[in-house]
Amino acid sequence: MTRDQATAPQPIGVFLVDDHALFRSGVRAELDRAAAAEGTGPGVTVVGEAGSVEEAVAGIGHLRPDVVLLDVHMPDGGGAEVLRRAGPRAQQAQAPDIVFLALSVSDAAEDVIAVIRAGARGYVTKTISGRELVDAVRRVHAGDPVFSPRLAGFVLDAFTQRPGAGPVGDPELDLLTPRERDVLRLLARGYAYKEIASELFISIKTVETHVSSVLRKTQLSNRYELSRWASDRRLV
Amino acid sequence: MPESPSESPAEATVEATAESPAEATVEVHRLRRPRSGRVVAGVAVGIADHLGVPALWVRAVFAVLAGLGGAGVLAYGLIWAFVPAVTGAGDRPSTAREQQQALGLAAVGVALALASAALGGSWSAWVTGPLGVALVGAAVVWREADETQRRRWRTGAGAVFGGGRVALLRVLAGTALVAAGIAVFLLGQVNLSQVQFGLLAVLATLVGVGVLTVPWWLRLMHDLGDERRARIRTQERGEIAAHLHDSVLQTLALIQQQADSSREVKRLARGQERELRGWLYGPQGYGRAEPDATPGAPVVLSEALSSAAGEVEDTYAVSVAPVIVGDCPADATMAPLVAASREAMVNAAKHAGVAEISVYVEVEPAQVHVFVRDRGGGFDPDAVPADRHGLADSIRGRMERYGGTVRLRTAPGEGTEVQLAMPRSQAASDEG
Repeated sequence: MTRDQATAPQPIGVFLVDDHALFRSGVRAELDRAAAAEGTGPGVTVVGEAGSVEEAVAGIGHLRPDVVLLDVHMPDGGGAEVLRRAGPRAQQAQAPDIVFLALSVSDAAEDVIAVIRAGARGYVTKTISGRELVDAVRRVHAGDPVFSPRLAGFVLDAFTQRPGAGPVGDPELDLLTPRERDVLRLLARGYAYKEIASELFISIKTVETHVSSVLRKTQLSNRYELSRWASDRRLV
Repeated sequence: MPESPSESPAEATVEATAESPAEATVEVHRLRRPRSGRVVAGVAVGIADHLGVPALWVRAVFAVLAGLGGAGVLAYGLIWAFVPAVTGAGDRPSTAREQQQALGLAAVGVALALASAALGGSWSAWVTGPLGVALVGAAVVWREADETQRRRWRTGAGAVFGGGRVALLRVLAGTALVAAGIAVFLLGQVNLSQVQFGLLAVLATLVGVGVLTVPWWLRLMHDLGDERRARIRTQERGEIAAHLHDSVLQTLALIQQQADSSREVKRLARGQERELRGWLYGPQGYGRAEPDATPGAPVVLSEALSSAAGEVEDTYAVSVAPVIVGDCPADATMAPLVAASREAMVNAAKHAGVAEISVYVEVEPAQVHVFVRDRGGGFDPDAVPADRHGLADSIRGRMERYGGTVRLRTAPGEGTEVQLAMPRSQAASDEG
């Protein structure tokens, strides 16, 4: 999954999925501008776009992009449906190298958690700046999850032990370690990986490991809050 | 009544509704009575389509079942009454051969029913004969009602008898058959007293009228349901339109007027976005399936902090995105925390010179943490002039009066983070 950025000279192919044509062209322009403005890191280029689930599934299968930017809310099932039909679980037979990044205006925890559990490697809000979006695309392409502060908040909330919460089934999956909790807290406070690393006196690599582990738990845990959110969307 | 005939309609409907509940996107295939290929009411064709077998087999099964004490006839009548007809067009008249077969089988079925009833000895021929006549009459009237229904879908006309003279004639003939059947049945009861005969006559007439008017009762129920659904939809649509008009359209108009001032446009857009989000995803939001909180519920901390962040956004045209984990009631001890957080946001908005401020709130059992962070210039805390009261008074003073603490992390060029911690009151933390 992890790719060395130095050995990937060709630009990262991005596929946009959003039912809002105006928004697609906006993201395209923003990505082009941001990618052209800075020289470091691999380039980012939009290879295709789709306005519906059908188009998206066909386009992703045909164009084999590196990263898919996925809208959460669309007619016919939304981002979760695209993930179900073209996502990591569906493409296991083929090369499982397409990563999905959710991009949404939604503020509802169940929507965000649902696409993450369906296989998206991260979630950013649509108000993100072009530079940050390019950064996020590069990061998911390199194999790291992208947690916006909001997603970090939702996940922390879901893993918080409450008096009324259900019992812990599998401690390995259903509980966060204190270190993972610290990292998530700093993410929710708006810290970048580098800042988290220096705050906790650990390496950036370790921060990335913690975040990946949190993503894995979010996707696989059967905690009541997580499965309830996902089952609301008929994903589990 | 034997059990076998009740099986076929029940099976068909169960299969239709319980088909793969996990796949909500797949259209559920329901039993319908089609118009094409039908002979009497389309019941046999509908079941045949649904089960994927030839219509002839279904008709034969009905005929055989009719021999079991008339169960097939009863089943046919029930399916006719309760399975809706196909709404669309698709009009393929049944072929002459099909009609011949079907009518033959129907005759065999009715004959079998009558014969079995008569031979069974439980009911005399005097009862079954007239009942058979009445059933045929009812079938004629029901078929006419089906026709009228289809005509109504086609033309939108609402008349009960829209079919002209022939239709009226058919209805009258059917009614006459039913009436005749009932009359003969009554006349057969020779050994009854006057009172018993009168009671029976009234009962039989009522049953006759009831059977004849079944299609119209069903349609009345259907229409009432339709009307109710339409009214709810209209109401809902009106509500959404009114809301969008009051909020989004007004704001868009304002944005066009203020197009020269990017600061003002940003402020308007942020304010509108926040309002729409609250409407869609808020605790009592429109997008929620069921409201989490009842109206008039006590204000919670997350709401108080979000509205404080909203005010700062509006006043200073910056974006403040609070991330809140957990929640608690906004009681007396939380009020100073909210006020102090607001002051910290205002400071960041005024002095940091950035477009975005991060706010993170975590409610723990014993205390509440608030972090207000910007990536602006930062400052040297010791170099702040003594006449600037913001941090000293309104944040530190306020927090410490109520047992809270304030930590400040800043340095020139590294942004600023104000960390606030406030213990929760004992009663509130016991509550959860």
